[in-house]
Amino acid sequence: MIPDLVGGLESPDYASHDRAAHEPYVAVFTGDRKRELDELLTRYPRKMAALLPALWIVQREHGWVSEEGMAEVAGLLDLTPAYVKGVVTFYTMYHQHPVGKYFIQVCTTSPCGICGAEDVVKAFLRHTNTGELGVTSPDGRFTVIEVECLGACGFATPVMVNEEFIESMTPDKVPELLAKLA
Amino acid sequence: MGFPHHSHPRETTVLTKYFGENEARTLDGWKKRGGYKALEKALGMQPADIVNVVKESGLRGRGGAGFPTGVKWSFMKPGDGKPHYLCCNADESEPGTFKDRELMRWTPHAVVEGCAIGAYAIGAETAYVYIRGEFTEPLHWMELAVKEAYAAGILGKNAMGSGKRIDVHVHKGAGAYICGEETALMESLEGRRGNPRIKPPFPAVSGVFGMPTTINNVETLAATAPILLNGADWYKKMCLSNPKSTGTKLFSVCGNVVRPGTYEVVMGFPFKEFLYDLCGGPLHGRKFKAVIPGGASVPIQTMEEAEATLMDYEGFVAGGSMLGSGGVIVIDDAQPMVTVIARLARFFAHESCGQCTQCREGTAWTTKILERIRDGEGTIEDLDTLLDIGEQMTGKTICVLSDSCAVPVISGIKKFRGEFEALIQGRRFHPVTAAVA
Amino acid sequence: MAESKMVNLTIEGRPVSVAEGTTILEAAKTAGVLIPHYCYHPGLPIAGVCRMCLVEVEKAPKLAPSCATTVAEGQVVHVYSDKSLDARKGVLEMLLINHPLDCPICDQSGECELQDYTYQEGREDSRYREPKRFNPAEDFGGDVIYVPNRCILCTRCVRFMDDVAHDPALNVSERGDRALIGKFEGKDLTHPWAANVVDLCPVGALLSKDFLNKARAWELDRTASICPNCTQGCNVIMETRENQLVRMRPRPNENVNAFFMCDWGRLNYRWMNEKNRVEQPMVRGKNGLAPTSWEAAISAAARALGGKKAFVAASPMLSNESLFLLTQVMDGGAGAFRVTEGDEAPLPGVDDLALRRERAANVYGAEALGFKKTKDLLGGLGQGDVLVVAGEDLAGIDASAVSRASEVIVIGSVLPEAAAKASIVLPIANFSEEEGTVTNLRGRVQRFTQARQAPGETRPSWLVLGDLLGAMGRQSNFFLPSEVFAKLASAHKSFAGLSYDALGFKGLPVVDAPPTRPKGPIAVGAA
Repeated sequence: MIPDLVGGLESPDYASHDRAAHEPYVAVFTGDRKRELDELLTRYPRKMAALLPALWIVQREHGWVSEEGMAEVAGLLDLTPAYVKGVVTFYTMYHQHPVGKYFIQVCTTSPCGICGAEDVVKAFLRHTNTGELGVTSPDGRFTVIEVECLGACGFATPVMVNEEFIESMTPDKVPELLAKLA
Repeated sequence: MGFPHHSHPRETTVLTKYFGENEARTLDGWKKRGGYKALEKALGMQPADIVNVVKESGLRGRGGAGFPTGVKWSFMKPGDGKPHYLCCNADESEPGTFKDRELMRWTPHAVVEGCAIGAYAIGAETAYVYIRGEFTEPLHWMELAVKEAYAAGILGKNAMGSGKRIDVHVHKGAGAYICGEETALMESLEGRRGNPRIKPPFPAVSGVFGMPTTINNVETLAATAPILLNGADWYKKMCLSNPKSTGTKLFSVCGNVVRPGTYEVVMGFPFKEFLYDLCGGPLHGRKFKAVIPGGASVPIQTMEEAEATLMDYEGFVAGGSMLGSGGVIVIDDAQPMVTVIARLARFFAHESCGQCTQCREGTAWTTKILERIRDGEGTIEDLDTLLDIGEQMTGKTICVLSDSCAVPVISGIKKFRGEFEALIQGRRFHPVTAAVA
Repeated sequence: MAESKMVNLTIEGRPVSVAEGTTILEAAKTAGVLIPHYCYHPGLPIAGVCRMCLVEVEKAPKLAPSCATTVAEGQVVHVYSDKSLDARKGVLEMLLINHPLDCPICDQSGECELQDYTYQEGREDSRYREPKRFNPAEDFGGDVIYVPNRCILCTRCVRFMDDVAHDPALNVSERGDRALIGKFEGKDLTHPWAANVVDLCPVGALLSKDFLNKARAWELDRTASICPNCTQGCNVIMETRENQLVRMRPRPNENVNAFFMCDWGRLNYRWMNEKNRVEQPMVRGKNGLAPTSWEAAISAAARALGGKKAFVAASPMLSNESLFLLTQVMDGGAGAFRVTEGDEAPLPGVDDLALRRERAANVYGAEALGFKKTKDLLGGLGQGDVLVVAGEDLAGIDASAVSRASEVIVIGSVLPEAAAKASIVLPIANFSEEEGTVTNLRGRVQRFTQARQAPGETRPSWLVLGDLLGAMGRQSNFFLPSEVFAKLASAHKSFAGLSYDALGFKGLPVVDAPPTRPKGPIAVGAA
């Protein structure tokens, strides 16, 4: 778990689960997680409707949604892996590759853009040593991306660190935040 | 209230009254504030009577389209032998809009109650609250509220002892603006790509899982509880201008303004006073230049237009724009309009589902041209091309995302052509006012 | 059955009356107006995404997608009004902004709907000045290659795999202008009907590996025919270049194969280009088989058969006409045939359509005409019989099995090894080189026509057999295969009432055909 930054919610620490691409795949839906999925299935009249929730569980457990993860979900929901992949690639929040321990999303859509979001992005890139959007820092801790409207425009600039939402970020607050993530 | 600021005396707080009060998030705290009385009352009424009260109140959809809620509910034919569904659209993704976020964060039980009332009214046993994936905190509070409501017997197979079954499930999206479009939301809920569907059939005939479905915005559903408690007349009387726009409306304000936040005012409130008094006016030393009053998909207003506008469905149309989602983006004179519009176009290009040709290609093409103009590489012909592409993108696709991208571009070029031409002619944008010290 | 209500409307000034529920696009077809479209296909669920088929409907606020808009009484539809033309011009320009414009090296060129409509209605130039997007070509497995840069995302291929093949092996990946057709790593397009996506693709995005770079569309000669490779009898177009069959593609027939054909049938055409042909009639003399004239060979055959019991080993690839004439030749003798078998592979989205177990065109016809289906082809050959080998290659049959015959007559396109001792060889055209009818497993009689020139002095089988009967002294005077068929129809109760004219190019069932469910509009997922 990452530290509680703003009195909000704790969020999963992706890196502790992260599985490098070459490691053998470990099935997600066993034991409690199978039960979790079974409970989800009771909510919908069709199995397929549990697809997005099931993919969220895969990402929670593995830090990203690998092709093996897609295939596992496909098997459980009577879908084909190709179908699942089509869905995964539609939604931006499923990681199709491993990302840094802290996945930092900075909103830069116009409402935040006119409030200085670009400078917040630059500050993150500089202080995380990632240098470039979408690139994971050499120490594997950070990945910074620009994200489209996070829906907190009155709190420019909102930033998400993994599952945690941080409002009113400014360039000068970036080092302080990153220090907490140590 | 003007969350995160103190309530302004000219606000009328019905839905936002308890924003900022931690206790209101819990079931006990919510009940203490009169929560679930409306649901109790509703469950003692005939569904058709509830629909009539809502019809009578004049409540219109708060998500953007402004369709009368009671009329929408009345499309659901009772006793057709099919399961009915209610979808609560909590996929709030329209740039500039964050009112539903606050409703779910601070008064999650109000949303649950609204869903339960709506479900009962349309003959549904199941309501799905589709929350965008980025809203982790609202999701947390909503899940907690649903859990509490089940534990207290408010939801479930015998909702509040009524013998009626009402289930509310929270469904988390995964990053797609388009899932706020009602049929895309249904596709997504079914486990598909969020591609909007061709209409007809309309959701009331064939919605989620192919069954009759009503889809309402978070704010709309939340508003039904006070309407049932206080009566249609009480709601209808909250109207400062056009009688077709009744009640209070949440406006989320962002951009270059002193007090951004979520405000609740009665329909028909003067926009000028809203911007200068409630929101505190422009930042020190700056002037307002333009406003996008209803989320990124509505036409940009010049200040002259905005200042003459009354804040309701008809008033914003008269002011050259639309009420939309109530997401007010305020742009001051330090902002180059080309950059603002180019960034909006990029948003739509990123979010286009890619089904329809004009949208898939047009949003990306528009973005590339605008970014080229922004970077000083534009030509005068580009402006004509942009307007023509915009025309091709309007009214020709399955959903209105394509139109939404064209709207700020067309209105931006028409209303701020000088800024485009200046960049094309090699003059860099200089804020009218010097940077604040 | 209740008559469906008719709706009257006007399309391009022409009055049209169609059944209620018909789309404007289909209604326009009945008025002889083809509304340009890409994503719509009558064999697939409606997607309504390409927006090419937008038409102006009077009194409607917006242009209507004609593929997804049903007709209404009194509608007035304009397909070529300024507004509709402008919208389509817009779509065409947008479809081309990221297109590589590589028609000179594209297999689809000449049969590309993007090319056609752009010539017809598109802009002369593009206003696009930005970099084009690029994605590398991908081998989808099976017979299919995907070239994403040419793709217009009409999703016909995805819908075919989802809703007709019931094997969702393709998807739309990504979204917005990054979208492209994708598949799952390691899961190829191995479905036995997958290659239909190549036909369905209106542009050069999905290509057949088999046909790749073989010919330009305008170099091909096209012939309406029947796929001879199983008993389903899918209607096809045989495409030849320089007299070589280079491609077979499905020809729509709602009673047989809808719009589709299987990969096995489609790709199994090379045998019709066979090279080791006998090209001249031959009669065995002192020095073995020697070329001779047709007249001499036919008379020799008639003599050999005279007064002897004949046993005919026929091929189930032969037409009804030839098989009928063979029954006359054997006159009291016996005939048998054998058929190679494989696994049945249905196309689940279409009723009663499959690659059938029996892999020959005319099994039903052969049986109906009295030929015995057997695994032991020469089992019925009596000692001293005259063996007539008709179209059979006798593969796997030992020459000793033939030795029971007093004499062997080969009527075929090749000389079978087991019949090397034949005394008379009459060279005939193969399936692609002649005309005739075959009867599919549901008793549907369908015409096939000549797609290629037969080599050398080879003659059509019906002509050879007709001449042979004449030489045997029977009344037989056929100048056209239709005349043979007319004789068959008058002689055989199953074929009663049928004629070439009546059959047309979609065929008709024999009188005693087993009942079939009408295919009608294909029952795929609701629009």
